[in-house]
Amino acid sequence: MMSAFSYVYIIPLIPILMFLFLGFTARKIKEPVSGYLGTIGLGIVFIMSYYTAFKYFFSDGLVDGKYHQFRIMIKEGWIHFTDKLAIDIGIIIDPISVMMLVVVSTVSFMVHIYSLGYMHKDTGFSRFYAYLSLFTFSMLGLVLASNLFMIYIFWELVGVSSFLLIGYYFETPSAVAASKKAFIVTRFADMFFLIGILMIGYFGQSFDFMTLNSESTISMLNSWIQNNAVFSFMGISLITYALIFVYIGGMGKSAMFPLHIWLPDAMEGPTPVSALIHAATMVVAGVYLVARLFPMFHNIQGGIALHFVAIVGTFSALFAAIIALTQEDIKRVLAFSTMSQIGYMMMALGVSGYDGHEGLGYMAGMFHLFTHAMFKALLFLVAGAVIHAVHSNFMDKMGGLHKYMPIASWTFLIAALAISGIPPFAGFFSKDEILTAAFEYNKFIWFVGFIVAGMTAFYMFRLYFRIFYNKQNEYEHTPHDAPFTMSFALIFLAIMAATVGFIPFSKFVSADLTPFHSHIEWGSPLVIGSILIALTGIGTAYLMYYKETKYPEKVASAFGSFYKWTKDKFYFDELYLFVTHKIIFDRISKPIAWFDRNVIDGFMNLLGVTTENTSKKIKYLQSGRMQDYAMFFMSGVIAIVMLIIYFR
Amino acid sequence: MIEGVGLPEILSVTTILFFIGVYGFFTRTNLIAMLMSLELMVNAEAVNFVAINKYLSPAFLQGQIFSLFIIALAAAETALALAIILHLYRLTSNIDVREVKELKY
Repeated sequence: MMSAFSYVYIIPLIPILMFLFLGFTARKIKEPVSGYLGTIGLGIVFIMSYYTAFKYFFSDGLVDGKYHQFRIMIKEGWIHFTDKLAIDIGIIIDPISVMMLVVVSTVSFMVHIYSLGYMHKDTGFSRFYAYLSLFTFSMLGLVLASNLFMIYIFWELVGVSSFLLIGYYFETPSAVAASKKAFIVTRFADMFFLIGILMIGYFGQSFDFMTLNSESTISMLNSWIQNNAVFSFMGISLITYALIFVYIGGMGKSAMFPLHIWLPDAMEGPTPVSALIHAATMVVAGVYLVARLFPMFHNIQGGIALHFVAIVGTFSALFAAIIALTQEDIKRVLAFSTMSQIGYMMMALGVSGYDGHEGLGYMAGMFHLFTHAMFKALLFLVAGAVIHAVHSNFMDKMGGLHKYMPIASWTFLIAALAISGIPPFAGFFSKDEILTAAFEYNKFIWFVGFIVAGMTAFYMFRLYFRIFYNKQNEYEHTPHDAPFTMSFALIFLAIMAATVGFIPFSKFVSADLTPFHSHIEWGSPLVIGSILIALTGIGTAYLMYYKETKYPEKVASAFGSFYKWTKDKFYFDELYLFVTHKIIFDRISKPIAWFDRNVIDGFMNLLGVTTENTSKKIKYLQSGRMQDYAMFFMSGVIAIVMLIIYFR
Repeated sequence: MIEGVGLPEILSVTTILFFIGVYGFFTRTNLIAMLMSLELMVNAEAVNFVAINKYLSPAFLQGQIFSLFIIALAAAETALALAIILHLYRLTSNIDVREVKELKY
């Protein structure tokens, strides 16, 4: 189908060509050139994405007051399962995919520019840019994919490029372990995703998002559920389970509880990678997936799968926020903060309705995804600049950096205000929409979100004050602001983080593709409450951490063992190690290995040994004397002749 | 066909010839002598073919043609065997079959 957007498939092709080129010439092209090449490629992607977004939202997208979904087929019927069921290759252009194009290309472009400074004089510079291009290709492919199977292919591709980038410093054993952990945990989740895809393909007779989300498919599935009550467990039908399985895939990628354990360890990768993959783009793939299948999640069997999404999201938001309060490594604080904010997005999707203003949660979740990508990427990039200057990840090695690194300090402050939800910065608008949607849905979920908002403000400003104020450490080299390339990315993202909140998002993104009007009611208790709790968090952090005080220790000892539990991340790593090592390895794998080694291999060895022994016994027949052989031959001939003559 | 000589006489002669060959093959240890014994056996068979063809079905020629093949084959075989024996002699300065047992076991 030809349409105004046929050119969009070129956008992901630019980074993959860049990856191939840089990958094959990584040893020949030296430092600055490969970086410039990658950055120029991404610059083209950046411009094309913004052009596409402009064209979609302001001229071609809106048809009769409703956003049109463009589906551009590149190859119809790529692989046929049955006559009807086939995998196509195509791209889909609709509000959320265009929005994700903007997010991915912006953050990726900024990270490319930033890395020119950050990765300066690194031995694997070209390799780093090649991997970044591969990741960008996979992520762009993921957001543009028009069916479940394509999204699965790109899903695995982002997984593998995340693996490559976490293990970028492969000389360090901890980075290798972290990359393996991330890959295995997400693969484990992807197994469920694949099962879910196959089940949905079987029941829905299509993998295509537009077909699956259409009213006819959903009503067909719903009537199947009513007619086949047998195929259900605990009152939940197979199809809902299929959706939950798909969501488990999203939980793995988006680090939702209990599959979150890989995200903190993934911070072993270079900081720009953490900003790009583990803050802004790849980890929101789960949110994007739910949004992509939102009509199915919302409408099938009364939205049970969506309740599950809401519960997991809310719990993860709270859980991660509690852990983030006590971490000492600045990148881990940010990692848990990311997990908490993604939980927020999931919660927003989970509480959303479908039609018109009911779909506020959906819009808010997408809005938060957008704003979060900007300010969280910024937070990570500032953290990278600080780590670059101080050569440590730990907060107690920092302090008093404000006067040495003013740009980093101011941009971090903007991002921290944005994530805390202080108007007029971006996070306030999206977070407030989420809380409003949650309040309409369920007071308890709203309350959890409300508490998490306060905790977010507290741990963000704990980080801010402890890095830039508090007690000043003695530094070997005087820290100074990052070079121009890095500062440029920081300032650009800071401008984004400060302003994107004013985008009237409900005009662009909504669950039923129809623009609606939503505005902040400044006087309402909800809005005032959320601002107040953010200010409370900031104030508490100010009291405790602006100057070196005794309060933190007192609070820690007041909480006693609970403090220790949170600091050790509720021992989830240890729990997983116990389950995998002590139970699965020792109780299941080892007996199976024993059986294989002793019974299966033993039988085969027995056959071999018997043959060998028999051969040893009869080998003396080969005497080497020619007359013996002639004798045997002759006896044989005589015996056969006898047989023929006498027993014919 | 020879006047006064029947098939049984010819077959007796060839059988004796054949078993002389067999006896020589078993008892001799010199490879050349063994090759000669082998030739005896082959020639006995060639005579058999001709004789049986001539006496039993004179209308056909297969037996005689077959004996021609046997002669050609025997020549080739002798050449090959002599080459092997010559080579063996160069390697071991010996053509006694009892001394050649590198290939046992």
